[in-house]
Amino acid sequence: MDHRPQAWGRPRDDVYGAYDASYLHNNGPKTATQSPIVTGTSVIAIKFKDGVVMAADNLASYGSLARFTDVKRLRPFLSTSVVGFGGDVSDMQFLDRHLKELATDEAYEHEASSTTTDEGGSGAGEGQLNAANLYKYLSKLMYRRRNDFDPLWNQILVAGLDAHAKPFLASVDLRGTTFTSPSLATGFGAMLAQPIMRRYAATEEDAARLTREEAVNVIKECMKVLFYRDARSLDRYSIAVVTKDGVELSEDEQLEKQSWAFAERIRGYGTQVV
Amino acid sequence: MFRNNYDNDSVTFSPQGRIFQVEYAAEAVKQGSVVVGIASKTHAVLVAVKRNAEELSSYQKKLFPIDEHVGIAIAGLTSDARVLSNFMKQQCLGHRLTYGRNMPVRTLVDMIGSKAQINTQHYGKRPYGVGLLVAGVDEQGPHLFEFQPSGMTEQMMAFAIGARSQMARTYLEKNLDKFADCDREELIRHGLRALKESLVQDRELTVDNTSVGVAGAAKQDDGSTKVDPFKVYDGHDVAAWIESVADDKEGDAGAGEGEGEGEGETEGMEVDS
Repeated sequence: MDHRPQAWGRPRDDVYGAYDASYLHNNGPKTATQSPIVTGTSVIAIKFKDGVVMAADNLASYGSLARFTDVKRLRPFLSTSVVGFGGDVSDMQFLDRHLKELATDEAYEHEASSTTTDEGGSGAGEGQLNAANLYKYLSKLMYRRRNDFDPLWNQILVAGLDAHAKPFLASVDLRGTTFTSPSLATGFGAMLAQPIMRRYAATEEDAARLTREEAVNVIKECMKVLFYRDARSLDRYSIAVVTKDGVELSEDEQLEKQSWAFAERIRGYGTQVV
Repeated sequence: MFRNNYDNDSVTFSPQGRIFQVEYAAEAVKQGSVVVGIASKTHAVLVAVKRNAEELSSYQKKLFPIDEHVGIAIAGLTSDARVLSNFMKQQCLGHRLTYGRNMPVRTLVDMIGSKAQINTQHYGKRPYGVGLLVAGVDEQGPHLFEFQPSGMTEQMMAFAIGARSQMARTYLEKNLDKFADCDREELIRHGLRALKESLVQDRELTVDNTSVGVAGAAKQDDGSTKVDPFKVYDGHDVAAWIESVADDKEGDAGAGEGEGEGEGETEGMEVDS
């Protein structure tokens, strides 16, 4: 009788051969996500005159299976910013809980300071973490986790206004890589949607001339293209507009006026013989 | 044999419900020379009288910049203040690194509050023997906070701690209504006048023994706050301010009959000078 705890409940060696216990001897750091399981695809966002528009579809895929079709991947923060998540959904949920905690702490501190200061301090969100602050925090968090060899498997877009009330949009990924641009897209969107968005906002100056309506239309157009060409996408999506007045988030949009006429002209793969 | 059986450590209550070690620490604050802080809608100022241990020595600093937007004034054990000031500097830098903004003053003060309170609740620890006035500006505007060794922190419109500070507080209470709308220079002059109330007879403010620290916050059109960084003025930089309050009549604000606290400036313990 083998009394070692490792042997309890294992198949008998004399019947089934030597047991492969290699996975029990796990040296090295504790790790969580080492590859994404349930994933969300592209998040896209574009700046305009007074804010930022962001969108992501409501699908969480399990490999190539469209597993969950009502997953909200845009998360408002303190009604000053929106965070959009691509990549692993469980890591997104972890970040969501973490951000909720951060927002609660921030709201309490804000309340404490504003009740004691006489009259001053009236503007909404004044003194609270703005999008630039939140982004800095998230980028440090992501980089820390990659250095622990325990990355959060996401690419994140943060949209909102910075300290000078200018539109702010930036990206951080699972390696802690950070960059910013007048339009940003994660995943397949970086190949499929970014070129379209750049036609309207190639530079900050171009973006500063876009109206809200134009920006929303560009984003809707891009979501349609993504649904046409990205096999892990869905025709139901969320769209958020952040301005100085706060976040307007709609989580049940449906792609309109689709036209699949282009499909029959596609050649080069699939069942058809060229 | 013992005069008091309940003051051996900071974890034992006396039968009257007092913790003597904490009260002794508060006493150390009253031994330090006086510091005054005032906040208006646009500025937060700290003013202090420095002491020198002997004629040949230099004056011990009383005002310390913590970060771009915050400074402290200390009364009590200077070495304990050093520990707190290093801690505050680190927290401010850490906050700037992770969030890319100035740490809100209340958040900072809450941190030293918690840190000091822990010392009053663990066997083998002792409370900090120093009181602070923390002045700073953040997105909400200027703030002034008082910090006590017990871990108590409070936001103040104007306050004074240290030896004979009751006299300064009486002046501040009398003039409280004026502070909110004072400009930078007026606010400093109010601070210096309050400071003068607390001086012992035949001592006066000089360029050698006076420190002034100011931080400002200006609201900008885009809603952001432009920080005028906390800066300490010493020596000849304060000459003009001292001159401008020099001919005020003694006690013209009627603070002459303040209760005082009876401890005055005592020799002995290594209290900040």
